[in-house]
Amino acid sequence: MRVLDALITGLAQGAMIALIALGYTMVYGVLKLINFAHSEIFMMSAFIGLFLITMLGGTEHPLLAGVGGTLMAMVAAALIGMLVERIAYRPLRNRGKSSLVRVTPLVTALGMSVLLQNLAQLMFTARNRSYPQLLTGSLSLGPLSVGTSRVVILLTAVVVMVVLELIVKRTWFGKAMRALSANEEAARLMGINTSRVISATFALGSSLAALGSVLFCLDQSPVHPSLGLVVGTRAFVAAVLGGIGSITGAMLGGLLIGVLGELLKLTSFSGGTDIPAFLVLIVVLLVRPAGLLGSARAEKV
Amino acid sequence: MTVSRRLFGSALAIVTLVIATGTGCSKSSNDIPVGAYLSLSGSDSTFGIDTRDGIELARQEVNEKGGIKGRKVNVIYEDDKSTSQEASNKVRQLIDRDKVIAILGEVASSRSLAGGLIANTKKVPMVTPSSTAVEVTKDREYVFRTCFTDAQQGDVAARFVFDTLKKKNVGLFYVAQDNYSAGLAKSFKESLQKLGGTIVVEKGYQSKETQFTTLLSDLKASKPEVIFVPVYYNDMVQIARQAKQLGMPGSMFIGGDGWDSSDLIEGAGEALEGAYFTNHYAPDVPWPNSQAFLKSFKAKYNHEPSSLSAQGYDAARLLFDAMGRATELTPEAVKTALVQTKDFAGATGTLTIDKDHNANKPIVVVQIKGKKFTYASQLMAQ
Repeated sequence: MRVLDALITGLAQGAMIALIALGYTMVYGVLKLINFAHSEIFMMSAFIGLFLITMLGGTEHPLLAGVGGTLMAMVAAALIGMLVERIAYRPLRNRGKSSLVRVTPLVTALGMSVLLQNLAQLMFTARNRSYPQLLTGSLSLGPLSVGTSRVVILLTAVVVMVVLELIVKRTWFGKAMRALSANEEAARLMGINTSRVISATFALGSSLAALGSVLFCLDQSPVHPSLGLVVGTRAFVAAVLGGIGSITGAMLGGLLIGVLGELLKLTSFSGGTDIPAFLVLIVVLLVRPAGLLGSARAEKV
Repeated sequence: MTVSRRLFGSALAIVTLVIATGTGCSKSSNDIPVGAYLSLSGSDSTFGIDTRDGIELARQEVNEKGGIKGRKVNVIYEDDKSTSQEASNKVRQLIDRDKVIAILGEVASSRSLAGGLIANTKKVPMVTPSSTAVEVTKDREYVFRTCFTDAQQGDVAARFVFDTLKKKNVGLFYVAQDNYSAGLAKSFKESLQKLGGTIVVEKGYQSKETQFTTLLSDLKASKPEVIFVPVYYNDMVQIARQAKQLGMPGSMFIGGDGWDSSDLIEGAGEALEGAYFTNHYAPDVPWPNSQAFLKSFKAKYNHEPSSLSAQGYDAARLLFDAMGRATELTPEAVKTALVQTKDFAGATGTLTIDKDHNANKPIVVVQIKGKKFTYASQLMAQ
């Protein structure tokens, strides 16, 4: 019974991690860049979400504030994601093919992450701010009583993941994204506006992170400038575990980390839930270096 | 070669400039220099600023009454930016450059440990207003504190639960990797077991954890009468909110001084109604000195003082009192006077400095009632 409870909480927890992990994995897929600023976009959108939800009435109009605030935060996050890409990463692309080509954007990404974190501290101070409690109460499913927030999180995540899968597999944009991922130069020669596709990828990944962050904060967390660091690490691990670059892999990795973490809380290891989770990561990477669902395609160096 | 020479030249110029401004800073030579190092910026800036407000009030009061031995007190504030390295740098600076005869600071135990090491080696007395870790004053001849220790606090919480609330089956919930939280849980557990109570369930959690539902339902399943949760207020907000979802009442929770922040009530709301925690002070504590402090603090700053302000005020007043009693105004004489402190009436209770340089004083138990911190009881630290 308690195991089942923990399992459901773990799935909800994992679904939120997966939403953030998708951003890492999609950007890596098209650019082969680990976008460290992604966790800061997650944090920034949590702040924006808080302000919007409070502005729209908070607990007085829970539905309007919740849905409206989340959607607007997603739009804002998409804009921030595109802006970061435009000013920090795009100028570095097409700067020759030396070995530095991969390192420079990586360091820029780290720099962007530090910059955004300090900016948030300056603008919002280091104080923890709590979200209004919009998702309270619980639904009873047979003998099980599940918190409303878990149900909302799980449903949202499933819908979003199905929609994302459709976008990637069925739309022109998805096809362009996959083409870019396979070979950027060839994609450009085929008439794909790569800059626009990359920009859209950043927008999509950032808005998913915003959705994840608003749900995460509504459910369990206060907002503070180092929020991204805590959750971002876990999401990044999920992306690597599932196979970075693979969208289904990120979802799987997120769910695995979430469920594993929650189940461990029932044991006496509750004080160090990250230790076994990271051990699993190391073991998986030793056996399958590309991650659970990653393609082991050899890369030309 | 030319480059390095030019570099050396500009470095020299900067050093000279710093020394020049440094000397320019010190006030008129007749004032008594006292140092204070606090986290005035960085992650714990509210701690430092609140404490400084308390110290400033004490300084103003003592100077209005004519100062000490006919000389005015000048408190030199240094910002350690919430880091231990800067804390030791600033203490060194205060002693070597400003020639202070005593030092006030810090709030966080980690920084008091760092600064205290320097003060102790250089034989300048240091009084910390709020560092509760036992190690801060241990084997340090020149370091004193005016607050209780974690060991005393855990013991008082256990006696309150067992003797006053008459609860015997208690749960423990704490941050596994945090010295403050795990240490307080340990001393609580030892005292409770000595009294005859039982710890029915014990759960540690990882620092920065936000999902407490599984942990809380695990605790709840063991049916404890109350749960001791010695964590910081930020975590407690989320714990209380999620406990409410599970139908656990606020009165089920007991905490320590890490709960002391208006953010706790703002965030947790009714979820913590009826909970108790041990603290240094409460705004409505019935001691005459506390009420006098409350009045003058409000008159100066137009808001209610936090515990940290009250503690800063007490540490500064105790130090000024010792300076008045000292045979002469030297670090050595002030230290001797500090050791002899007995029944000093402070805003946070009447205290006596014991042989370990810790404060023997009452600990306040605060109850959260009507979304307010209200005084519930006081127990003497042992």
